[in-house]
Amino acid sequence: MNSKIKAKKNFNSNTLLLVITIVLFCVLYAGGCIAYGSRGFTHFQTFLNILITNAGLICVACGMTCVMLTGGIDISVGALIAMDCMMLAVGMSKGIGAVPMVLLVLLVGVVFGIFQGFLVGYLEIQPFIVSMAGMFFCRGMTAVICTDQVSITEKVNATFYKWANSKITIPFGGYTNNKGKYMVPYVRPGVVVALLVLVVIFIMLRYTKFGRSLYAVGGSAQSAAMMGLNVKRIKMGAYMLSSILCSIGGVCYCLNTMAGSVTQALGLEMDAISSAVIGGTLLTGGVGNVIGSFFGVLINGTISSIVKTNGKLASSWPNILTAALLFIFIVIQSIFAAIRARRK
Amino acid sequence: MKAWNKIKNWPLLLPVLALILVMAVNIIHDAATGVNPMSFFAVSLRDTTTNGTILYGRIIDIINRGSEVAILAIGMTLVVSASAGTDISVGSVMSLCASFMCMNLAGYGVSSTTTLAKPLIVGLLAAVLMGVVCGAFNGTLVAHLSIQPMVATLILYSAARAIGLLLCNDLIVYVRNPSFAFIGAFCGPIPTPIIITIVCIIIVSIVLRKTALGMYIQSVGINAKASRIAGLNSKLLIFLAYMLCGIFAAIAGIVASSRITSADSNNIGLYLEMDAILSVALGGNSLGGGKFNLAGSIIGAYTIQAITTTLYALGVSSIQAPVYKAIIVIIIVVIEAPPFKAFIRRFNAQRAAKGVKA
Repeated sequence: MNSKIKAKKNFNSNTLLLVITIVLFCVLYAGGCIAYGSRGFTHFQTFLNILITNAGLICVACGMTCVMLTGGIDISVGALIAMDCMMLAVGMSKGIGAVPMVLLVLLVGVVFGIFQGFLVGYLEIQPFIVSMAGMFFCRGMTAVICTDQVSITEKVNATFYKWANSKITIPFGGYTNNKGKYMVPYVRPGVVVALLVLVVIFIMLRYTKFGRSLYAVGGSAQSAAMMGLNVKRIKMGAYMLSSILCSIGGVCYCLNTMAGSVTQALGLEMDAISSAVIGGTLLTGGVGNVIGSFFGVLINGTISSIVKTNGKLASSWPNILTAALLFIFIVIQSIFAAIRARRK
Repeated sequence: MKAWNKIKNWPLLLPVLALILVMAVNIIHDAATGVNPMSFFAVSLRDTTTNGTILYGRIIDIINRGSEVAILAIGMTLVVSASAGTDISVGSVMSLCASFMCMNLAGYGVSSTTTLAKPLIVGLLAAVLMGVVCGAFNGTLVAHLSIQPMVATLILYSAARAIGLLLCNDLIVYVRNPSFAFIGAFCGPIPTPIIITIVCIIIVSIVLRKTALGMYIQSVGINAKASRIAGLNSKLLIFLAYMLCGIFAAIAGIVASSRITSADSNNIGLYLEMDAILSVALGGNSLGGGKFNLAGSIIGAYTIQAITTTLYALGVSSIQAPVYKAIIVIIIVVIEAPPFKAFIRRFNAQRAAKGVKA
């Protein structure tokens, strides 16, 4: 009985964080609509554009959420995406087909994830140090593959180019532009992939054994081990999942940028972490939800969209605002944690 | 056997071994390419048009270029020891402090100047003040709100560079003034950064030796709760460690900025947090907090710089160098990981048992 009440209380404060996030997104978006309504912010396409530009980030944030649920962190994601894009670009310009290249990138993600997961799970090295080394390794490896910017044009690979430029139209929410032409809203294939990943991970976390054991390990690794869970293997699984999702995200990201360069996706790990934290994932592990992370990504996207629409603000503002939001949410989390500790 | 055990337990074994290894690679490379193998150690006096007579040589270059990492490593050692976490914002804070200083020296919005808008000392104090503020921010989050150090410092890691850009009005601010350039250039024949580093090291080691601060920080790192019960103000000590780290980041920022007589927000201190953490780990300090060895960290810092210089000498470009550093980090942390040590012990025991049977 007592545990039931406790579970309910936990549930409440955690849903509260999620609600705050969703409300914040609505307020930000509404604010953007009011301030920049005349510049097309109210169009449905603006929202879809946020999804299109952040398709890769959604995949990465899902993986980051899984890792953070176990109480770890993976800061190698941004560099891994840069390496993925560079591999895709260089591989295709060498004449390898789009499908084998994508499969190769996913395979690299799996191997990289297994390696990181082994170091964290089995050798018990701090996740931060491991993924930091992973980050430097990937960033350096990108430069080893090629130091120049390599772009993917139609000549390089027609299939990949077709994927990147195909539009999936949506039958509602269109508008007539000032030339009198009706604009049909559309998304890119990357968005479909990202939303699919989101749904799959949501179901996995909620209904499968592996998903639930992620929560158990993050809540208390010791209790999870006593319950008979293989904590080491689950931790390794989390990092592997993160790297695979990151590679999927890398392909989505590459579909947007159509290029590989060393400085690509610089600081993306920060965006992913802040999205997850803003979405209510606790840094100490055990609490979190991919839906929250999804809204976290949307908030980040809305901020940069507003700054872009304004046009006069310095380019460093999105960074500062995201960091400020991260700061606020971390403080809220620690206050909640303090209240919970006092109740006990 | 006894001597062997003594060497085995020597705390500086790892950094010194790594340093010797790097030197060996240099000597072999020199010998292989037909240069005098001992040219690595050669130090000579050379006349230059800009700086007069200066010390010249690869060793001098490594010690000079390694100044920033060595200064950062001092602060990082204290942070790692006290809070069992690392401050990943040091590189960005360096950049922010440099931007703030150059903004003060040049005046807001000015992109290039040869005359100082304010006295040099005001600029230097502004940089240190900014370091103190950043350190206090990190320290408050870690000590008083008990947030994991890496996550708390992640905020400034991403924000500090952006704020620096904002202060500089999105420009690279050049301060081409001889009195400012002096900090990154030469004091007589010796590079000034070396002198600054030595002064920092001496001050810190005197403070740690003559007061109980070092011991307090270690005891907080070993067990914060027990230290608090024993009467130490754990929170204040952790806060202090972060603040010191911020100050050292500011000093490193001043040196780095003066070297290029400008505040390049995007590039000052880039990836240096990695080097600083790496020097602490290489110095034989546990990243899990507790006991620290300052000398180890500083030798570690110069070893890192020696590795970087060697990589450049071997023809690796600066953007490819992180690959090798990452591999070195992984090797070091794997060697120090408790499960790996246990595995080796078991392996040795098994071999010994087999030896007895045979």
